[in-house]
Amino acid sequence: MERKDWIGLLGRTEPTALYTACQPLGEMPSPDFLRRPETGSVMVRGRTGGTGTPFNLGEVTATRCAVHLDGHDGHAIVQGRDADHAIRAAWIDALMQGQRAEDVRRHVLEPLAEAERQRRDTRARKAEATRVDFETMVRGED
Amino acid sequence: MQPAFADHPTQSAVAFRTLMQAMARPGTIHDISAPAPAGFSPATAATLLVLADPTTPVWMPPGPARDWLIFHTGAPVTDTRADATFATGPWSTLTPLADWPIGTPDYPDRSATLIVEVPTLAGPGPRLTGPGIESKTTLPLPDAQALAANAALYPQGVDLILTCGTQIAALPRSTRIHLPEKP
Repeated sequence: MERKDWIGLLGRTEPTALYTACQPLGEMPSPDFLRRPETGSVMVRGRTGGTGTPFNLGEVTATRCAVHLDGHDGHAIVQGRDADHAIRAAWIDALMQGQRAEDVRRHVLEPLAEAERQRRDTRARKAEATRVDFETMVRGED
Repeated sequence: MQPAFADHPTQSAVAFRTLMQAMARPGTIHDISAPAPAGFSPATAATLLVLADPTTPVWMPPGPARDWLIFHTGAPVTDTRADATFATGPWSTLTPLADWPIGTPDYPDRSATLIVEVPTLAGPGPRLTGPGIESKTTLPLPDAQALAANAALYPQGVDLILTCGTQIAALPRSTRIHLPEKP
């Protein structure tokens, strides 16, 4: 898992899920802010079928934050307006660059990634069950 | 990386007000400061935090302060002097003044503002008169001759903000600089 993957994962995770997942790491130290949590909106762009020309899909509320911890800068941008979520995600990013990276990866990131994979899988299965295939019958012309 | 203002809304409003006052009263000295990265004085840091944004290219000497500025303000850092809206550094890095945009007769506002780190703001200097100065005032200037030539370009020309530690003084282009008479 690379840095952009875990920053994305932390941003998509539900605030309560991240809070629960962080419990094995102990108490979060009081943060040393580079940038306090700020809420704004970001434009999400999409491509038709994944390859077409980009278009603006819509705006998503996001909160960003940056903290300094033991010589490392942790950055986060998370979905929603939850400042605690942004701080916690930035803290995890800073930890992932330091000595405790393996610990954090095993106890926090991997369970969260697994949960996300299952969530997507379930959703894909439910969608698949309602799929309708259209076929054009051959019109008996010849 | 260094942080910026701890209480952003209040401190940036206070700093902006201070800059407005300094510009409105050329030659007067005001206190202003922000947490500064290596290479910036607290006054320069505060000035740029308040004024720079993604639409204002900033010229500055290389150094760790570049990353700080980009992170906190989103301002693009440029190496082309003619593109700069703001420029900062010691006086020796900012000369000659002809390098900077001075605006056009139709749009004199399209000019650069130089934020100059000077060794001192107190002491003797040329006499200044003009808008915002009731009778007269003095301010030590890095190169009074060049700055008088800049003022003569009015309404074109560059504006200066002089910084020293946690203090600033402004020298807009409208201020007339009286050079000492040659004996």
